[in-house]
Amino acid sequence: MRKEDVIICRCEDVSLKQIHQLLEQGYTTFEDLKRLLRVGMGPCQANTCGYLIQREIAKFLGKSVEEIPVHKVRPLVMGVPLKKIAEDQDDER
Amino acid sequence: MNVNCLIIGAGISGASIAYNLAKKGMKNIHVIDKSYFTSGATGRCGAGVRQQWATEMNCLLAKKSIEFFEHAKEILDYHGDLEFKQEGYLILATSKNEHEQFTKNVALQNRLGIPSKQLTKEEALKIVPHLNPEAFYSATYCQTDGHLNPFKMTEAYMLAAKRLGVTFSFFEEAKEIIVENHQVKRIITNKNVYDTTILVNAAGGYSYEIGQMAGVDIPVYAENHEILATEPVEKMQGPMVMSFSKNIYCQQVPHGAFLMGRSNPHVEKNHHIESTWSFLDQMSKTLVDIMPKVAELRVVRQWGGSYNMSPDRQPILGGTDQCKGFYMACGFSGHGFMLAPMTGLLLSEIILGETPSMDMTSLDIHRFKDQDIIHTEKSVV
Repeated sequence: MRKEDVIICRCEDVSLKQIHQLLEQGYTTFEDLKRLLRVGMGPCQANTCGYLIQREIAKFLGKSVEEIPVHKVRPLVMGVPLKKIAEDQDDER
Repeated sequence: MNVNCLIIGAGISGASIAYNLAKKGMKNIHVIDKSYFTSGATGRCGAGVRQQWATEMNCLLAKKSIEFFEHAKEILDYHGDLEFKQEGYLILATSKNEHEQFTKNVALQNRLGIPSKQLTKEEALKIVPHLNPEAFYSATYCQTDGHLNPFKMTEAYMLAAKRLGVTFSFFEEAKEIIVENHQVKRIITNKNVYDTTILVNAAGGYSYEIGQMAGVDIPVYAENHEILATEPVEKMQGPMVMSFSKNIYCQQVPHGAFLMGRSNPHVEKNHHIESTWSFLDQMSKTLVDIMPKVAELRVVRQWGGSYNMSPDRQPILGGTDQCKGFYMACGFSGHGFMLAPMTGLLLSEIILGETPSMDMTSLDIHRFKDQDIIHTEKSVV
């Protein structure tokens, strides 16, 4: 299968080829790749691509997966409409 | 290791200074950063670029920076898309008082050649139809303000600098600065020792600490400012909508997501960059008030980043008589990204002993000495 056809990040449509290109340019942390390719910025918050990318970084650097830092997990765990947050504040109190 | 210039901080300011110095012919420039690419304020900013300010200096820095951004892709020969979009900033006045202040701001901006104008409520609603007409009084608008991708813009500067011979090293942290006879001599990091007579402090949120290492008192501090991003949707908003009195800025980036931020008046002075529930609470309420349609979108992510605050909310650029060879590009108070082209140009001119392109008196660190009245920028969120 061609690398450009292997989708690593489904939220942002990022292929294995794009990941490999940036690794070769010297961007070898998940945080670097996130900022340039948007991997992990979508609704799944890297739940799909996180481990896959960690594995690609490990392979590229010749290290074990355990040595590669995991991505920073940001709130929220799932998408919530802003309006609901505004409305429900009042219900809680 | 001998270098001609060591720059601490590889955010947009450090990258721009490195590029400008190298372009003017300086060799052997090295840039260090304590973490990953755009890990600091640059990579955490709201991605807006505007010229609508209330002080003359900020207006001029911003105007000249936008002129650079308009041609940045060609000048820096960047392969990627900088996502530069000039669909303006629409700044809401929410009271007659604010409207009158904005009349003065627009007069200043126009005098300096910035094409901003004051709009009635009806005119503003034509540009952003989903604004709640009850939530504001009038607006100002400048078409040439807009959006720029902070990661791509920084990479463009970094790659252009690298082609001119500048070297970058990430995950390298300055630990000690040796000063002899009030002159920078040596910088010790967790990885290397650099002998140099020129040191640039472009350390963003950590500018104060770098100053202390060299015995230079810089009147700046870091504070957390939070942002959130929504799911991407079809284009529904051209300009950045901003309000100082409602404490919000909110734009739809070319990718489709909305980015919005606000400041917390009670935030403490420290390096925390956590995300908080209270930010989400306040932001969602503000949005329901001014743009209820945007409030229907889902939040997917929130984060924080450090503003490096100066006493008058304008940057501190240049050297100091406290220590020769120690140069500062700090205290941007949340606007370092959009001013970076001028930061790089002016710092390179000062370091190389050239006459700066503009009068730097009101950006000099010594402006805070013996001054009772500080002319503070008020157009900030």
